[in-house]
Amino acid sequence: MSDNLKVVENATCTFCGCVCDDMNLTVDVDEHRITKAENACILGKAWFREHGIEQRPFALIDGHEATTEAGVEEAAQILARARFPMIYGLSDTTCEAQRVAVGLADMLGGTIDTTTSVCHGPSGIAFQGVGESTASLGELKNRADMIVFWGGNPAEAHPRLFSRYAVTPKGMYIPNGRKDRTIVLVDVRRTASTPAADIFVQVKPRSDFEVLWALRALVKGRKVDPSIERRTGVSLAVLEDLVARMKRCNYGAFLFGMGLTMNRGRHFNSAALLALATDLNQFTHWVAKPVRGHGNVTGADNVVSWQTGFPFGVNFSRGYPRFNPGEFTTVDVLARGDADAALIIASDPASNFPKPAIEHLKRIPVIVLDPKATLTSRLARVAFTTATYGINVTGTVYRMDDVALTLRPAFPSPYPSDEQVLTAIRDRVRVLLGGNRLPAGAAPIAPAVAAAS
Amino acid sequence: MPEMMTLIGGRTSKQGTSLTHGKLDGEYLEVTSTVEMNVEDMARLGLKNGSRVKLRTPEGEAVLKCKGRETKDLPRGILFLAYGPLSSQLMAGDTAGTGMPISKNLDVEVEPVPDQAGP
Amino acid sequence: MGSPLRIVNGRVYDPANGVNGVVRDVCVRDGKIVDDVPPDAKRIDATGLVVMPGGVDIHCHIAGPKVNLARKVQPETHRDDVQLRTRVTRSGTGGTVPSTFATGYRYATLGYTTAMEAAVPPLGARHTLEEFHDTPVIDKGFFVLVGNNLLLYRLLQEGRLEEFRHALAWWLTVTKAYAPKLVNPGGDEMWKGQRNANITALDDKIGAFDLTPRRVIAAFIEAANALGLPHPVHIHCNNLGHTGNVETTLETMRLAEGRRAHMAHIQFHSYGAVAGKSRSNPTSRARDIAEYVNTHPNISADVGAVMFGHSTSMTADAPLAYMLYRIAGGKWVNADTENESGCGIVPFTYQDQVYTNALQWAIGLELFLLSEDPWRMVFSTDHPNGGSFMTYPRLIRLLMDSEFRKQQMAQVNQKALDHTSLRDLQGREYSLYEIAIITRAGPARLLGLTAKGHLGVGADADITLYEEDDDKEKMFAAPRYVIKDGELIVEDHEFRDDHGGRVLHVAPAYDAKIEQVIEPFFEDYYTIRFANYAVDDRYLSHHQVIPTAAPAAAATPAGAARP
Ligand code: SF4
Ligand SMILES: [Zn+2]
Repeated sequence: MSDNLKVVENATCTFCGCVCDDMNLTVDVDEHRITKAENACILGKAWFREHGIEQRPFALIDGHEATTEAGVEEAAQILARARFPMIYGLSDTTCEAQRVAVGLADMLGGTIDTTTSVCHGPSGIAFQGVGESTASLGELKNRADMIVFWGGNPAEAHPRLFSRYAVTPKGMYIPNGRKDRTIVLVDVRRTASTPAADIFVQVKPRSDFEVLWALRALVKGRKVDPSIERRTGVSLAVLEDLVARMKRCNYGAFLFGMGLTMNRGRHFNSAALLALATDLNQFTHWVAKPVRGHGNVTGADNVVSWQTGFPFGVNFSRGYPRFNPGEFTTVDVLARGDADAALIIASDPASNFPKPAIEHLKRIPVIVLDPKATLTSRLARVAFTTATYGINVTGTVYRMDDVALTLRPAFPSPYPSDEQVLTAIRDRVRVLLGGNRLPAGAAPIAPAVAAAS
Repeated sequence: MPEMMTLIGGRTSKQGTSLTHGKLDGEYLEVTSTVEMNVEDMARLGLKNGSRVKLRTPEGEAVLKCKGRETKDLPRGILFLAYGPLSSQLMAGDTAGTGMPISKNLDVEVEPVPDQAGP
Repeated sequence: MGSPLRIVNGRVYDPANGVNGVVRDVCVRDGKIVDDVPPDAKRIDATGLVVMPGGVDIHCHIAGPKVNLARKVQPETHRDDVQLRTRVTRSGTGGTVPSTFATGYRYATLGYTTAMEAAVPPLGARHTLEEFHDTPVIDKGFFVLVGNNLLLYRLLQEGRLEEFRHALAWWLTVTKAYAPKLVNPGGDEMWKGQRNANITALDDKIGAFDLTPRRVIAAFIEAANALGLPHPVHIHCNNLGHTGNVETTLETMRLAEGRRAHMAHIQFHSYGAVAGKSRSNPTSRARDIAEYVNTHPNISADVGAVMFGHSTSMTADAPLAYMLYRIAGGKWVNADTENESGCGIVPFTYQDQVYTNALQWAIGLELFLLSEDPWRMVFSTDHPNGGSFMTYPRLIRLLMDSEFRKQQMAQVNQKALDHTSLRDLQGREYSLYEIAIITRAGPARLLGLTAKGHLGVGADADITLYEEDDDKEKMFAAPRYVIKDGELIVEDHEFRDDHGGRVLHVAPAYDAKIEQVIEPFFEDYYTIRFANYAVDDRYLSHHQVIPTAAPAAAATPAGAARP
């Protein structure tokens, strides 16, 4: 450790979707590392501790060291040649980089998808079907006197959700903090989060939907048969008590995790929960919110949505955005063997995708942007080392509640940012294609008058 | 004779911190290759903490170390595994038109592995 | 900024300079209108074309958190209404809430070059500016929601009026907003804090606060005037959409007491009730509203006309959206923003045979036809609330072509028309000159945009050239040329170039000491750090600060120079 220390106040942790912006970082300027991260949780501390500058090549092409520029040329050639290029990842980078990535997909007539499709994608589909009553996290802090956590383990995945936003903090109408709230936790197993709850409801695996639907029925004053307990492991008395509390509270909130989305029923589970929250608004104020994972996955949803109208899984091959989960989502595109090139930004599908998808990634040219070596970067044709967002580069990140924040980097990196590499690739592709690629059969210049008029 | 159990994939803070350190690193691989199992199930199958089990789905198989959990924390018949390269081996590519593969509540065959056959 | 350009032989409508259909040349250089250009300048032959300044939309919803939620929740509306990419422009999708690129291009293809997003919570400012970055061609700004702001409520409740004014200036400046916006003042606190209740009258108590909407509205009118903002406080009144709300609207306008105030989408606030019935269908009170506006030059309004077909209700008036959801069924989005705002979104279809919908359509037209000052009763559909901006050409035709209007009137619910004066207004038709006022010159003047809405020397060279046509809908749906900042963007109905557009915002001065009042509130009640709240200039790319009039004596210049 050197004596050349500086402190960066109000920095932002981008490890999880809580995106806490109250980090006070002590930076060892000479050693290029963060020696202390005040206010960070255990995950945040590890995030800041582990992101020093490693000695890695700027780029690897077929495993051989190369410059960033050579990597850009090779990547652009691969993408411009491809008939079905797939762009994926994007949840651990800035909105500025995400914007360029969507633009590149549009220019290529390719497909873009984010890690949303394998996280809360089903909640996004549910949202399209039924809408959502939601809130920024400060409303939970200031007003929520009843919070129901469903199918998640925040104590281990989003540690400060409890301490900074939702369970213990005092707020405007919650003067005594934890004492003024009723906390309910619903899960199939006990986890590190269970002790935080006043009421723990253990449901049998694969029965979340049935429990949610029974709650909806009770909220609407319908009869539910006591056999619900045999099916779900939860007694009617427990459900009735929950409903009474839900109607009585002043401001209630559901925070739900991937226990609902990665499970049988997927978007039906999320939709049932969103609909329950909506129904409860006939009696008192209720909101619901998916607890999002990676630092800027919410930004990715936002950027892809404002540029295309759809949140993830978007294909541009016909000259305009099309959305079809199951068709244009990455696991499907890869498992079917459709993509003939892949550009992966800040994600590691080779270590968490289903086996058939990984098998296809091994068959096609893959371009990877990542600060660290991963299983995916190991199988890549072109692997760029990039600077870490929030630690080395600034940019915009969206918290899980859609609140946008500007990053305060701690120290510079010799490596370029994702945005810089993507911009260079896009500019080179534009030259190779002579502008945006027009879909086969399109008029040379499409009429300016929109279809809607 | 292998037994059927239900496997839940998920995240843990150990997996999270080790992932940040590096995915090609020992700790991450250790965390993501240990499956949690109900202690009564383990006793019945003759497994101890650290014993090896083979999990199999129609898609693939993985050999993991097991670790016991009390019944009140993890019911009988349920397994928990942190996401990583080995959980991937068990997941099918089908997403039922959603984009999301199933990684929680997978039906898996569980079979003890004699000691020397570990990975 | 493009090479010099001479538009020759066009019929020019430039009401701000009193030019009414005179055939003359318009010269452009470096993005501005100039007196003359060298003889070798590029020429556009505008023979047979109508030349107008680019359109200015004073009130629409095109970017930011609620707009993006509204986009996301309606994938079905994007599928059959797509925006193809060209070699030079990006692709997108439409529906009543188009993607950002489609929004910019489609406004441009209607001849609009400026638009104001009308409702952004301060916490959503950064997001809104990010979307603006991806909204091409047009210049844009946003109105920031301050009418349900709990810190401002506290200052007001404690009678700290000077600090209230400084805090308002601070909020406008650090969010890069264009104007202060009130939406159903007090309503969000009732909605979020009192089991989904709402404000029903100007003298209701606002939740736990010792305040009423009356006091809140008066204070904002006062403060906005004192700050000398280019656009005064922009008010969405209490009781929007409710039968009998006209009394609330008239009372709200009276609160201005001669000071400037702008009434948003006033059509939605012009409803009467059948005398003697407490629960009745609404009736039209457009005459009372029009008369009040006609005789009070301090008041301006945009109509917020309703057009039949698909729309999206998206509003910071969360209890209103819930009411619509209970009527319409289907999808509902609600989004609460800590200490600042509420928000509701409901996809909605206006049907010509439904009494209330037909009445709303008719009231919008009545207000236009009864208006005696087109400069103060300007054009809007509150896009996409009353209908998409893509319906503007049709609305223009309804105003200009009484025969067409009569045909359309014959097709709607006649009982509704019985409760309006629309049949008595058949004699009135808007001229091109008046259309140029309500769609460009008027909104620009009300916004205080001195370089927009006209073609005088020094104005921004935002120009639209339409082909004259008896069918005004056709004429206004597809201009032959659109010039933005002196650059030819649309030529012969096709995109020639892409263009970024600017962000328009204000930066009124405030006493830097106000931050010592605001910061502790943040520590207690916000979940983001005070230091991370102000939006920095990086989010603006091209931008323009519209100056405020000389600040009132009490406002010490300071602060505006945040790093
Ligand atoms: S809760 Fe999440 S964002 Fe906050 S410090 Fe921990 S890891 Fe970082
Ligand atoms: Zn509006």
